[in-house]
Amino acid sequence: MQSDSALRIVWIYPDLLSTYGDQGNVLILEQRAQRRGIPVETFHVRSADPVPEGGDIYLIGGGEDRPQILAAERLRRDGGLHRAIARGASLLAVCAGYQIMGTTFGGEEGQPVDGIGLIDIASGRGEGRAVGELAGETDSALGLPTLTGFENHMGVTRLGPGVRPLARTTIGTGNGDGTEGCYTGRIVGTYLHGPALARNPGLADLLLTWAVGAQLPPIDDSWFERLREERLTAVLPR
Amino acid sequence: MTQLPLRAQLASALGRTAATLSRATGRGDGSVIGGRVSLVLEPDLLRQLAHDRKLALVSATNGKTTTTRLITSALQELGEVATNAFGANMPAGHVSALSSAKDAPYGVLEVDEKYLPEVIDATGAGVICLMNLSRDQMDRAGEIWLLAQKWRRALAGKNTHVIANADDPLVTWGASTAASVTWVSAGQPWKEDSWCCPQCGGPLDRKGMEYVPPGSAGTGANPGTTENDWACRECTFRRPTPSWVLDDDAVIDPRGRRWVLDLKLPGRANRANAAIALATAEVFGLPVDRALPRLREVTSVAGRYTTVERDGRHARLLLAKNPAGWLEAFDVLDPSLPVILSVNAQGPDGRDTSWLWDVDYRVLRGRPVFVAGERRLDLALRLDVAGVPFQLAGSFGQALAAQPPGKVDVIANYTAFQNIRSEFGRAV
Repeated sequence: MQSDSALRIVWIYPDLLSTYGDQGNVLILEQRAQRRGIPVETFHVRSADPVPEGGDIYLIGGGEDRPQILAAERLRRDGGLHRAIARGASLLAVCAGYQIMGTTFGGEEGQPVDGIGLIDIASGRGEGRAVGELAGETDSALGLPTLTGFENHMGVTRLGPGVRPLARTTIGTGNGDGTEGCYTGRIVGTYLHGPALARNPGLADLLLTWAVGAQLPPIDDSWFERLREERLTAVLPR
Repeated sequence: MTQLPLRAQLASALGRTAATLSRATGRGDGSVIGGRVSLVLEPDLLRQLAHDRKLALVSATNGKTTTTRLITSALQELGEVATNAFGANMPAGHVSALSSAKDAPYGVLEVDEKYLPEVIDATGAGVICLMNLSRDQMDRAGEIWLLAQKWRRALAGKNTHVIANADDPLVTWGASTAASVTWVSAGQPWKEDSWCCPQCGGPLDRKGMEYVPPGSAGTGANPGTTENDWACRECTFRRPTPSWVLDDDAVIDPRGRRWVLDLKLPGRANRANAAIALATAEVFGLPVDRALPRLREVTSVAGRYTTVERDGRHARLLLAKNPAGWLEAFDVLDPSLPVILSVNAQGPDGRDTSWLWDVDYRVLRGRPVFVAGERRLDLALRLDVAGVPFQLAGSFGQALAAQPPGKVDVIANYTAFQNIRSEFGRAV
């Protein structure tokens, strides 16, 4: 970690968990910071390497069963992410990466596999695959507009008392109980896979605000807004 | 082949009638519906139709249709070849292809990568070509590690010869349970799905190549002989020594002779497909000096690389269905021309557009870029974040009309490509 003035974004294990366009979240955070004049340094941490503790925003993406299990083992052994979160860093955990953050998740044959225990959720394997558009009303305390994205997973996630749901679903499956994702402290987890921030720039700004510690000036969001409007119009009942 | 049981003959004939009807009513090329009608009547038909033929199956994420065409062209030097030339690559399409060429002693079948195990079982094919595996239509194609695992199981214990791309670690793993393999160094520009060992999950090291973060420089297509070497840092799994090597514009055969390809088909990916085709032809007893002239005759495959024209605008059509395919398509683009990009998200494309974020569009900076297709707003945001200036068009036709007269390149994904072909001509 070279610079004290730049925003440090750490992408965890793109070699294992990056099968769904997860890079998009990195690129969008970079763009939205830079358009506000905030310099950014991005670190791609391969799974053979230690997770640095000095980052501001950590990202972890989705992936297949086997890489998910490997990623959980390595993160637990490494401990860097735990230390970073204890220091107050922010985290966006997507899909397989979201499940890993809890106490347990479903493995290749549905068997329970230990998560890294960073947040109070427990996941398992559901009956069928949830594939399709997801929309939901975000938790009112977050002050964010409707959540929109695409999900593709077989997981079911139970939220413990230590976390709050990110949204109540109106379309799609999410956690499987009418809620989608969760948040606690500066951690956000979601089943919206891949480039979840592409359709939720407000969520991107929430992560940036946590990291920067100040309100951010508005920027031109017209392409984000046009895409959101088109997708929500396509999927929400009229 | 002509001695099919009566029931199978009837099923096969009915299938051909349905295909004729489908073509006559303009619903498609008829190859899939014909096969479906046949399969309903006789589920064992594929087995019977494949019996006694010398068959090659061709599977991969990208390049299946073109490689099937190249191998077919080569083997026609030996005799009649049954083939599913229109990309109908599931068992119904295979039935359709084989039953419409009953007496052909040879068959070359493109096989959807998910269906490969069942088609291997049904056909007992003697030769299987495996080129590449990468992320593709995640909402329906599923997981490629799992797919390679299924290939391994399907190949184990069979008397099958595999021709496989040794530069793709996942393909190598998927092929390595086969009784015998011809390894071809056909290159692997897209590496984002193979930074981990498929055998043990450890990190894969690549010779002369450190881990390259996605989206940064270094994904250039250089299929030289040593840059493609890879080995697991933690177990014994490593790249097998290839006997055929794609070396820039030429293929080096197992005797060390260098053959300049000089194909009409453009781009690195097609040179890789040709390397696989030449190695396959040799397994069928056809030497390079007889196979290569046949490959050079192929100019367009199921509309790929054809040019459509309207009002003096000549648009060359490139198909790209996934990030690895886009990387290969960029390699074919003429940097001096404007480019139209068209993206849909219908069932065959995958309903999910997340993959757009795995494509590095920055290579398009500096040329006029037009964006069309049903999911143009997804692409527009992607280009905006990549810092690539573009113009949004309501449709492909509008984007074409916005060009000055002359040439333009087009990259489209599957149904976007088909829409353009059906509106502007289906010449193959």
